[in-house]
Amino acid sequence: MRKFTHFQGVVAPLDRANVDTDLIIPKQFLKSIKRTGFGVNLFDELRYLDEGQPGQDCTNRPLNPDFVLNKPRYQNAEVLLARRNFGCGSSREHAPWALEDFGFRVVIAPSFADIFYNNAFKNGLLLVVLDEDTVDRLFKAVEENPGYALDVDLERQRVTTPDGESLSFEVDAFRKHCLLEGLDDIGITLQNEDAIRDFEAEHRAKRPWLFRDSA
Amino acid sequence: MAAQTLYDKLWEQHLVKQRDDGTALIYIDRHMLHEVTSPQAFEGLRLANRQPWRLDTNLATTDHNVPTTLAERAQGNKGIKDPISLIQVQTLDDNCLEYGIVEFGINDPRQGIVHVVGPEQGATLPGMTVVCGDSHTATHGAFGALAHGIGTSEVEHVLATQCLLTQKMKNMQVRVEGKLGTGVTAKDMVLAIIGQIGTAGGTGHAIEFAGSAIAALSMEGRMTVCNMAIEAGARVGMIAVDDTTIDYIGNRPYSPTGEQWEAAVADWRELVSDADAAFDKVVTLDAAEIEPQVSWGTSPEMVTGISGQVPDPKAASDDTVATSHTRALEYMGLSPNQKITDIHLDKVFIGSCTNSRIEDLREAAAVAKGKKVADNIMLAMVVPGSGLVKRQAEKEGLDKIFIDAGFEWREPGCSMCLAMNADKLGAGEHCASTSNRNFEGRQGYGGRTHLVSPAMAAAAAIAGHFVDVRRLPANDETLAKKA
Repeated sequence: MRKFTHFQGVVAPLDRANVDTDLIIPKQFLKSIKRTGFGVNLFDELRYLDEGQPGQDCTNRPLNPDFVLNKPRYQNAEVLLARRNFGCGSSREHAPWALEDFGFRVVIAPSFADIFYNNAFKNGLLLVVLDEDTVDRLFKAVEENPGYALDVDLERQRVTTPDGESLSFEVDAFRKHCLLEGLDDIGITLQNEDAIRDFEAEHRAKRPWLFRDSA
Repeated sequence: MAAQTLYDKLWEQHLVKQRDDGTALIYIDRHMLHEVTSPQAFEGLRLANRQPWRLDTNLATTDHNVPTTLAERAQGNKGIKDPISLIQVQTLDDNCLEYGIVEFGINDPRQGIVHVVGPEQGATLPGMTVVCGDSHTATHGAFGALAHGIGTSEVEHVLATQCLLTQKMKNMQVRVEGKLGTGVTAKDMVLAIIGQIGTAGGTGHAIEFAGSAIAALSMEGRMTVCNMAIEAGARVGMIAVDDTTIDYIGNRPYSPTGEQWEAAVADWRELVSDADAAFDKVVTLDAAEIEPQVSWGTSPEMVTGISGQVPDPKAASDDTVATSHTRALEYMGLSPNQKITDIHLDKVFIGSCTNSRIEDLREAAAVAKGKKVADNIMLAMVVPGSGLVKRQAEKEGLDKIFIDAGFEWREPGCSMCLAMNADKLGAGEHCASTSNRNFEGRQGYGGRTHLVSPAMAAAAAIAGHFVDVRRLPANDETLAKKA
């Protein structure tokens, strides 16, 4: 996993609550057996005026000029500003894969859905929760200032605005550590191999019906 | 010892290690797999040269991509016309073969939607931790199991370590007390719950559904309720173990037998929240007040009773809600204050992991019996949740009732719930659907989904528009029996 430490990027505003993972990456693209290449189909139904197909060359598809990510000023955006309950619905990890592949490193919203929250951190995508009023202010600032960029410092858990305002955010210590170091979860867990084996033996003794081979 | 909730007990029984930073290692008893969220996990395993920790916990089936017509299914995987879907299905078959994981492939009589198959096989047991790369895994919580959806990285993590790295959620109890009215079902109950608490109402929480109306539900009904916990924002939905649970599990292929059965039942009886257990959040509903529900918008919380109407965005509680409602009405092609019974319909879908079990098909058949699908409905389809559900329905003659009424009787799979196969809505088409999500494009590009119960879907197919199933003259004892 790519490390995330300190980062500054242009902000794109997606002014919509309850953005679901079907909207982030529609189901037809879930047929891929790869982890990469989902960026061109991020927000496919909002971004293009036609229906996208997996494997299709998207360079000549008609773009929806009203969609925020198609506007020239947000072309190089790496921070997505969103509304409450971002990432609800399906557990598809293709959603963070698509956001990351498109170029986003951070999503800021008042709240995120649980499974999406989990999936994002496993892919180097930092999710920042700020309160509704602050997010509202950021939406206004982004709209009023072309090229509006935010500075995101994971180590210090701070987002800094262009005029120097510092906004602190919460992130749990374990996820922060993994993201800062770019650590692989499985490697960390396997350091506890003995503890897992001990637990398993005890679990089997107490509840043998959970182990088909002990029937 | 302090009083514990059901969730607290299940958590404690599976806690391998608690880290100081709040993260914990939890042991997983059952891992269900399907073709969409597993290929990258197996690829990761292969790249790291790792082996599955424990083979007997894994159970796989193909469901999302499979075609549902008999002509296609008769050819096995070769009947999958979309080459990309075929590769995905074939990849699951190959991975299961390579690693020695039990898979119910496309034409295995036990194949079906992963959340129908697990309980049906007895592979979902009370007290288990159950995970699957699918958000509707909460379904299995109906058995007093701790069950939730995971992402593909976690699928790989469970394969490699038999554990999950996770944080404990908060406890939430949703109580439904009293008696549901005749013709009002578990689906209406869960839609009403989501309508009340909202699509993020359970975020960060494990929901335990409780109360006399929940206890009165069959296992099928309980699965329907837990299935949609995620639509209320909660990864976990669960219901305490009682006689209904234990009666359902007995004599299934994966259920324990003999002495182990006796020991297991004694253990399972403990899987209830202690009387004085504390919940972080409690919500109570009166079952008698729930009417048959119909969703009108593009989020499951955008739902109302059959006697209701589409809301006016001007009356919304805040700007964000008003914007969402305006956008939803535009996408759905509906006007403010339009009556639910006046919504035009084009298609009807009865199926999905929410409502494709035998009881769901019985409820729909009871309404459709001796009737004809209305002329304006261009497609009404019934997709059983598994090969075994299909077989049982055919034994009871339900297939004939549906076919005689003009419904298509299909082969098992996820089908039009998420339209990864050929079953989909066209742009602008309205569908009365027994599935779980009405998101934009969910059932097909530009498609418009209305979430309802199986009985309401069948009634809509016959009438050509939404009708109150409670007002239909009963033509079968099934509906009356539910009262």
